[in-house]
Amino acid sequence: MDVMKRIPVREQEPQVRATNFEEVCYGYNKEEAVEEASRCLNCKNAQCVKGCPVSIDIPAFIQQVKNENFEEAYQIISESSALPAVCGRVCPQESQCEGKCIRGIKGDAISIGKLERFVADTARENNVKPKKAEKMNGKKVAVIGSGPAGLTCAGDLAKLGYEVTIFEALHAAGGVLSYGIPEFRLPKDKVVAAEIENVKSLGVKIETNVVIGKSTTIDELLEEEGFEAVFIGSGAGLPRFMGIPGEQANGVFSANEFLTRNNLMKAFKEGYETPITRGKRVVVVGGGNVAMDAARTALRLGAETHIVYRRGEEELPARKEEVHHAKEEGIIFDLLQNPTEILVDEDGWVKGIRLIKMELGEPDESGRRSPVEIPGSEYEIPCDTVIMSLGTSPNPLISSTTIGLDVNRRKCIIASEETGATSKEGVYAGGDAVTGAATVILAMGAGKTAAKGIHEFLSNK
Amino acid sequence: MFPIVCKRQLADQIVLMDIKAPRVAKSCLPGQFIIAKTDEIGERIPLTICDYDRENGTVTIVVQTIGAGTKRMMDLEEGDSLMDFVGPLGNPSELCMEENLEETRKKKIVFIAGGLGTAPIYPQVKWLHEHGVEADVIMGSRNKELLFFIDEMKAVAKNCYVCTDDGSYGFKGVGTAQLEALYEEGVRYDQCVAIGPMIMMKFSCLTTKKLGIPTIVSMNPIMVDGTGMCGACRLVVGDEVKFACVDGPEFDGHLVDFDQAMKRQQQYKTAEGRAKLAYEEGATHHGGCGHCGGDK
Repeated sequence: MDVMKRIPVREQEPQVRATNFEEVCYGYNKEEAVEEASRCLNCKNAQCVKGCPVSIDIPAFIQQVKNENFEEAYQIISESSALPAVCGRVCPQESQCEGKCIRGIKGDAISIGKLERFVADTARENNVKPKKAEKMNGKKVAVIGSGPAGLTCAGDLAKLGYEVTIFEALHAAGGVLSYGIPEFRLPKDKVVAAEIENVKSLGVKIETNVVIGKSTTIDELLEEEGFEAVFIGSGAGLPRFMGIPGEQANGVFSANEFLTRNNLMKAFKEGYETPITRGKRVVVVGGGNVAMDAARTALRLGAETHIVYRRGEEELPARKEEVHHAKEEGIIFDLLQNPTEILVDEDGWVKGIRLIKMELGEPDESGRRSPVEIPGSEYEIPCDTVIMSLGTSPNPLISSTTIGLDVNRRKCIIASEETGATSKEGVYAGGDAVTGAATVILAMGAGKTAAKGIHEFLSNK
Repeated sequence: MFPIVCKRQLADQIVLMDIKAPRVAKSCLPGQFIIAKTDEIGERIPLTICDYDRENGTVTIVVQTIGAGTKRMMDLEEGDSLMDFVGPLGNPSELCMEENLEETRKKKIVFIAGGLGTAPIYPQVKWLHEHGVEADVIMGSRNKELLFFIDEMKAVAKNCYVCTDDGSYGFKGVGTAQLEALYEEGVRYDQCVAIGPMIMMKFSCLTTKKLGIPTIVSMNPIMVDGTGMCGACRLVVGDEVKFACVDGPEFDGHLVDFDQAMKRQQQYKTAEGRAKLAYEEGATHHGGCGHCGGDK
């Protein structure tokens, strides 16, 4: 074995998986996991841990895998993460733990994500549960939203003995894990539902179909329902559109709508009533993870699929693995191009898209080179579906109905980075509701921080 | 689960259901809507709130068959439950807000209900009546068989004018024809609320624009989550793109781009599906307006 090379992970063949919704990656088996774990240098001053937003003791769990103590490995991860089977699949490891791995300087970084996934999957298969609090402290905390931030915050508080209720606006728990990330990347029944069950096994209650700000308010939760603190993890909000002509045509969707129909409402599955448009040629606008998810979903529904992104390959914000998988499956990348108009037929349906070529100019304040239009380079391509994946702007439902909750210029909830505390006493927030659209693991990190903040607040009350 | 505590057939293919949903019943106001899902495989179906009972924790909805999803929902019986029922969603009607009451009292208001539009209009008229504001109502439908809530509406409206396209009950003609007839008699209004199928609201707005009556409409576009997340319900109002679920559902009818909205309404309807629907519904098609020619 070459210790510089990581153990490759088995995947479904690209041509086969492009036509189904089964999970792309099979993950490691026991032998592969143990062998990969043995490559870990078990660094004293482990850099990988510093790269992890929830600070999992990575070398410790990897040593347990190496020694085939998989249950111990799971308990080590569980101390820091409520959703290891999810994180092992969707974290941007290359820019976090694996990006800092010392092995990675001369060879391949340890495949930390795949090992985490193996440990979590093995625990689930053997019905190993995270450890519950020994006794409850009788204090009630409300968590708004059952996505990664909410589940993490709820899980951590439950372990500390709080009586936690999560309020979810949709009919199913999981937030973006259920409505956003597709089945082929994150299986819903096998992984998401099981992780949610684990959080529930800690004593957390989940009430679906409750829209905070409408069905009830934060003030009512605090004053009438006996909750002593509230965590807002309501996620990202309203999808952005470009404001170009033709955008209201039939066949133009937000990635949120397209993915929700497919993932949450299971439009891809036989027997479900929710309709979805199966395009012949689909153009997805955007270069993030959500754009990759939408494109690969459209492909699986039978379309020739293009990704149109205004910057270049290097600048694509999506995880490397997603871009790689998308290319293998046959997604066509039209980079350094931007839509200027959606062309509409007389019945109101999309018939094409007009694009303009772009070049990268000088770096802007963020350090990213900003794209500039090349005059006279416009051209049209025929298509029947356009999916806009341009991020979201915050949802005002909660901020507009909670007295004393401050938002910033971009309408995101203002919360302390150290404690998650907002401008309103007893109310904490984290995840996309605070930062704008980001990643699952950053939301989990914020949920964790807020759980600590809430615990300190209620312990001193 | 949300139990169906009462079910009543209002007309052919139209049923009323009282649903036990204490959180919704406690906080809802006229003008808002809910989203219901029959079971695991069902769609999320937005429905207007027709009435509510805060004490008993029930919310009244009216459902009409417009596809497989609504058909299965209507086939449920008392004692059965809806799997999901979420709300209230959208903003309450501005006329039915305590803080606007003084302004509202000064206005002479007429409601025009087309077909199923009677359901969302009833709680508004009732709320106003309970707050000492008397409004007129024009209720229209295709024929006598499709009319519902006449007695209920008469109990809360100052004047209730009922009309049918075929003259089988009340005034013969569409709601706007009734309105114009009233104007010829010298009746005047400061505010109109028109709710029904989009084509009916479009033509109501053309008439009220001509008559110079500011008009509120309630839009019922395709939507998925109903909380602002999907953007499916976007429509053009004036020069702006609005989301019906969080910015509405009520808008200034004189600014709504109805032609665009009606095209978007067709998004998931295939030619085949429409034909099937027209056949199955036959005379019960919920136009109620006389304008839509059977195409919804």
